[in-house]
Amino acid sequence: MKRFAQLLELLALTPSRNRKIAALAEYFRTTPDPDRGLALAVLTGALTFRNVKPALLKETVLAEVDPHLFALSYDYVGDLGETIALIWPHHGGTEELPRLSDLIELFNTTSKRDLPGLIASLLTRAEVNERWALVKLATGALRIGLSARLAKTALAEMSGKDLQKIEEIWHGLTPPYTELFAWLEDKSEAPDIAHTARFHPLMLSNAIDEEKDLTALDPRDFAAEWKWDGIRVQLVMGKGGISLFSRTGDDIAHAFPDIVEEVFGEAVLDGELLVGHGFDPAPFNDLQQRLNRKVALAKHLKEYPAFIRVYDILYDGDEDIRPLMWRERRERLEDWFTRHPQTHMDVSQVIPFADWQELAAIRRRGADEHGHEGVMLKLKTSPYVPGRPKGLWFKWKRDPNVVDAVLMYAQRGHGKRSSFYSDYTFGVWAGNEIVPIGKAYFGFTDEELKQLDRWIRANTISSFGPVREVRKELVFEVAFDSAQLSGRHKSGVALRFPRINRIRWDKPAAEAASLDEVRALVPAT
Amino acid sequence: MNAMTLIDRNLHIRAIDTYVDPTVPRARAIVTHGHSDHARSGHGAVLATADTIAVMKTRYGDDCAGQFQEVAFGEPVSIDDVTITLYPAGHILGSAQVLIEHQGQRIVVTGDYKRLPDATAQPFELVECDLLVTEATFGLPVFQHPEPQSEIARLLRSLAANADRAHLIGAYPLGKAQRVIRLLRDTGYDEPIYLHGAMVRLCTLYEERGVALGDLRLAIEASKAELAGKIVVGPPSALKDRWSRRLPDPVLAMASGWMSVKQRARQSGVELPLIISDHADWNELGQTIADTRAGTIWVTHGREDALVYYCQQQGLAAEPLNIQGFEDDGGEGEE
Repeated sequence: MKRFAQLLELLALTPSRNRKIAALAEYFRTTPDPDRGLALAVLTGALTFRNVKPALLKETVLAEVDPHLFALSYDYVGDLGETIALIWPHHGGTEELPRLSDLIELFNTTSKRDLPGLIASLLTRAEVNERWALVKLATGALRIGLSARLAKTALAEMSGKDLQKIEEIWHGLTPPYTELFAWLEDKSEAPDIAHTARFHPLMLSNAIDEEKDLTALDPRDFAAEWKWDGIRVQLVMGKGGISLFSRTGDDIAHAFPDIVEEVFGEAVLDGELLVGHGFDPAPFNDLQQRLNRKVALAKHLKEYPAFIRVYDILYDGDEDIRPLMWRERRERLEDWFTRHPQTHMDVSQVIPFADWQELAAIRRRGADEHGHEGVMLKLKTSPYVPGRPKGLWFKWKRDPNVVDAVLMYAQRGHGKRSSFYSDYTFGVWAGNEIVPIGKAYFGFTDEELKQLDRWIRANTISSFGPVREVRKELVFEVAFDSAQLSGRHKSGVALRFPRINRIRWDKPAAEAASLDEVRALVPAT
Repeated sequence: MNAMTLIDRNLHIRAIDTYVDPTVPRARAIVTHGHSDHARSGHGAVLATADTIAVMKTRYGDDCAGQFQEVAFGEPVSIDDVTITLYPAGHILGSAQVLIEHQGQRIVVTGDYKRLPDATAQPFELVECDLLVTEATFGLPVFQHPEPQSEIARLLRSLAANADRAHLIGAYPLGKAQRVIRLLRDTGYDEPIYLHGAMVRLCTLYEERGVALGDLRLAIEASKAELAGKIVVGPPSALKDRWSRRLPDPVLAMASGWMSVKQRARQSGVELPLIISDHADWNELGQTIADTRAGTIWVTHGREDALVYYCQQQGLAAEPLNIQGFEDDGGEGEE
């Protein structure tokens, strides 16, 4: 438990992603089974205890601490688990805490009646950091800013195995992951997981190089589809149930009951998750309301109903058809939909075109009139290859919009950038006033970052916390993929993927764009 | 006259028109210690320990008060029929508690204090009294400070595990910085310790007044390579300052009692929180209140609510002082 507590503390406090990965890898490498697997389960949220709940911990503490003093303390600390760990008044157990696996066993096997006594004795035996880790473990609310993907990346780092391969089998595995670690350490073959319980790593596209690729490629070899502005998902439907995976292999089914309760059939499908009524995709902003939630709100289900626009099929029933060519899979996909008519899925249409010129025109029109991000090009003879193979799938994004905006606020960055002002809020003219339209924190070189940092420090007019307001004098040429109407921003518009294209040291702020010019870039829908 | 009329809630001793730690210039002031929320410049006459006077002169200049009266610990000073005696508070070098006696009544103003041993401050002495005016910086039961030695051990472990990185410790330049350095020296750490320029004057003063701090160097004069694997001490603001860019990939550490709250450490970007405090923690506050046998407790400087409530639960008369200029500003004043 001591080592697990040290690991948790390091993960909670170190800002560097690489150091978190290194610490995790080191822990997994040097901790025996089943402790390391259980730790992995705790870190990825795969482990909960039926009877150990925050309320029980609070009750245990309130038997020992004055409730009013507890309330004042909780108010100050702001985190229930941390308050409990810090306020526990009895210390001085000389006996070490049990190892992680024994501790988990105790949590699972102790009767409800005896749990408060057990927890009290553990808290007393623990050292201060262990007490913090213990409470985090017991309540399951780690809140240390660790994603499951980071843990999987550490497993890849530790073993030299391919991250994709780990993601692929992840969902078929259960704690304490002994077979996973055996494979990672080359002591056994990869665990054999039924395809219906697996995530299948996605096939990704490369950005097209217009000059080079378009002259080299024959348009007749390619099929085109719209590039949908949602999130990439994989729907796995089999006898074992339904999983809805994000592009990184996280199961997000819980947040989309409207989809998983309505779809049927057996297949592994690849597509775009979108929201909108009657299969009419709403802007990404609307979809965002439904992302990163544990459960879907009734209000959101009604306002932002979700559907999947499917563009590929990996398994037809139990048959792995990834080795087939795209055009064969496409036929199977359309055929599958005929056999399984769906209410919450449709098929992404293929755009007919004769040559690149025509497609370029279609692409431009789609961007202007419907806000499409661009088109996808798929080699008709390509099998479904995980990863980002060259020459098979291309994305041909719309030309970015650019707008000249004025720097308004700068905020310090994180980690390596923590002494630099690296996050920029910029705005455009609305009458005589500048209103913010977005935020960007990349698109410039390290050398430019230094220059910007110097300029910001020299031109600050006020500061609040980590944020500085600067003189409205520096112009950025901001590039972005699209502009959308937004009720959440004062200016009424939101930019997609804004980045600093150029720093216009030369340009006077008075010549920056106006809000009307930006609004004109919002596609009429 | 009872104790409550001898001193008022602004810590004004009316009979001799003298204030304890006044926040605005006064004709006569007793100053418990040199931190800026206790020691201000511009008073007419200051009564304090020799160390505190030296600190004030170093920080504010030789003429920061009209006149100074040095008083040794335990040496009674009679002014009219009031007797003032200073006792060590254990907070920083020269820090004192003030005992005020008048016709058999005894009042103690603790100033800031702690009871854990500290080689850079004269050790706390308990003084019994009728009215205790206590600080409450860490006046919540979540504050239970660990032994500083265990925190230093954590620092040394981190140092060993990150030989290619500097460790930048944020510490208040008066008191905390010297204590951290001395704690390191007392574990046998004899590598040079590198200082931010803001730390130099007070470290020099501590050494002049008999607190050995070992080999100290200026960080600004060292190369990046030299600082790898070394300890650098700077003011808390240096952690986020451009200044820190000169250090090789520094581990940001902070020595403070506030560091026990991890969420707080995280928010301030601290990677290695060191819970080293120069204030009494919750348990010490309660212990001291009981040990002084005072029947009335006034609580100031910090989270008064909880401590007042606690005293009342113990059957003591207690109330918060809301001295002007001491309002809690979210609470991270000098330590």
